Amino acid sequence: MGRIAALTRNPAMIALIAMLAITGCASKKTPNSAGDLGLNGAGAATPGSAQDFTVNIGDRIFFDTDSTSIRADAQTTLSRQAQWLNQYKQYAIVVEGHADERGTREYNLALGARRAAATRDFLVARGVSASRLKTISYGKERPVAVCDDISCWSQNRRAVTTLSGAGS
Amino acid sequence: MKSILKPLLTIAAMALGMTAVATLPARALVEINVNKGNVEPLPIAITDFQGELGAQISDIVSADLKRSGLFAPIDKGAFIEKIANPDAQPRFDDWKVINAQALVTGSVAKEADGRIRAQYRLWDTFAGQQMSGEQFFANDANQRRVAHIIADAIYERLTGEKGYFDTRVVFIDESGAKNARKKRLAIMDQDGANVRYLSDGKSIVLTPRFSPNRQEITYMSYESGQPRVYLLQIETGQRELVGNFPGMTFAPRFSPDGQKVIMSLLRDDGNSNIFAMDLRSRSTTRLTNSTAIDTSPSYSPDGSKVVFTSDRGGRAQIYVMGADGSGQTRISFGDGVYSTPVWSPRGDLVAFTKQTGGEFQIGVMKTDGSGERILSSGFQQEGPTWAPNGRVLMFFRDSAGGPKLVSVDLTGRNEQPIPTANFASDPAWSPLLE
Repeated sequence: MGRIAALTRNPAMIALIAMLAITGCASKKTPNSAGDLGLNGAGAATPGSAQDFTVNIGDRIFFDTDSTSIRADAQTTLSRQAQWLNQYKQYAIVVEGHADERGTREYNLALGARRAAATRDFLVARGVSASRLKTISYGKERPVAVCDDISCWSQNRRAVTTLSGAGS
Repeated sequence: MKSILKPLLTIAAMALGMTAVATLPARALVEINVNKGNVEPLPIAITDFQGELGAQISDIVSADLKRSGLFAPIDKGAFIEKIANPDAQPRFDDWKVINAQALVTGSVAKEADGRIRAQYRLWDTFAGQQMSGEQFFANDANQRRVAHIIADAIYERLTGEKGYFDTRVVFIDESGAKNARKKRLAIMDQDGANVRYLSDGKSIVLTPRFSPNRQEITYMSYESGQPRVYLLQIETGQRELVGNFPGMTFAPRFSPDGQKVIMSLLRDDGNSNIFAMDLRSRSTTRLTNSTAIDTSPSYSPDGSKVVFTSDRGGRAQIYVMGADGSGQTRISFGDGVYSTPVWSPRGDLVAFTKQTGGEFQIGVMKTDGSGERILSSGFQQEGPTWAPNGRVLMFFRDSAGGPKLVSVDLTGRNEQPIPTANFASDPAWSPLLE
């Protein structure tokens, strides 16, 4: 099948792998204080900036097929997110829920919504104010990885914590 | 927005008198039996209609009948008799010898008032008789519709079942890269002609569905930021939010009387329940209340029941309930995940998408879940919609980089691609046009 070949030739996929490598690297370091944030790893991001959040904290978590449970690796990421969000309270937050393409459109809208809600609930349980948090589901309509196999589907089953600018 | 449907109302029909021979009792030349494996398409001779527009019209008639899979139009090169007068009795022997079981003649002319007059006659060559004949008046913009109406008349006369060619399909036109897909609401004739766009592509739009009795669709759009269900008047372009709910609303469909929209509403806990909203009183009724995903509701044609998807049992399956939410019962028990149930216009079947063994299948089952039949299997395909006669399904299949529309007969035979300029998904078939 041409799917594997398409994957390896796909520049978007290569870029994604590179990005994941960066966040993966950053995630090995556990920041102890605000001063730590952004000073290592990818480096240049100003502490407390959206870039700092995306690059040094990690803005997304991944789910198993048809599942909305927060995996252990995702719990680590979300705990880090909560710590950062509790420090930089100027941001309003929208949690986007996404599904892979291996489900039907309407069901996946519901599944994405459930993933976003589970992520929100985890952040609230870690002290992030519920009033700062909104959720939205994109179902399978906004894939980041665009091949037709498991390597992409696992990247698309995600919840992304987005900072919607200086909020309330 | 430019009016799409209004001029169509000027079409008028009248029966043509039978020429020379006695009226045949109604008799179907084609027997449709979904349990029969291979139906041999009926050889039919469709002659070029007379007049300047004649051949254009008869070619559309021929294409409609051919795509139904029930008819095999005979190559015009094989015709022996040249039809000089479409109203005169043909030389039946000339048509029998090329095995034309049925023969269509006709003419198209411009009237003094600018309208088009189209007429056809359908002949049973072996009985040596006219089976039917009608004439239609329409304005110039409706040439293709006249052809579809004639194809419907022939289909109905020869099969004993209602046609479905004079219909439209609303769908999502998709263009651009997969991770930045532009999605636009679009409408076209069932054969892919006359595409018009109903949204600008700035917001994601999904799952359009026709009203059963108005030129109106309900669909879901992200235009307000939060995804919500809307109504759209096709003629005027007027849009309206359905209800004022705090969270996402999705998966809308009309009730069979057109007075309600049934849809899913997201709860704060992340689960989704089914609600019905009365479009006149604006009152909403909750039909399900489970800590599960309940979605894709579809009414039975008599409005008394609703079929829907729920994962309350662990994985997505199909359930049926009363229209008031009573008696929620699981009906799908096969090996796999079931979703997108749609009740057939005849009331006897539910079409669905089933995921099993790494494949997506389009199938039908009886409304109690028995008699499951798979009509089509593929790597990625979903979302069946019924032709108004309940005989053909359309769905979308993702391959070669994006989705395209496909139709399939209820027998599972005769898969046909629906031509669209771009990628296309979420087809919803209109009722027969008035």
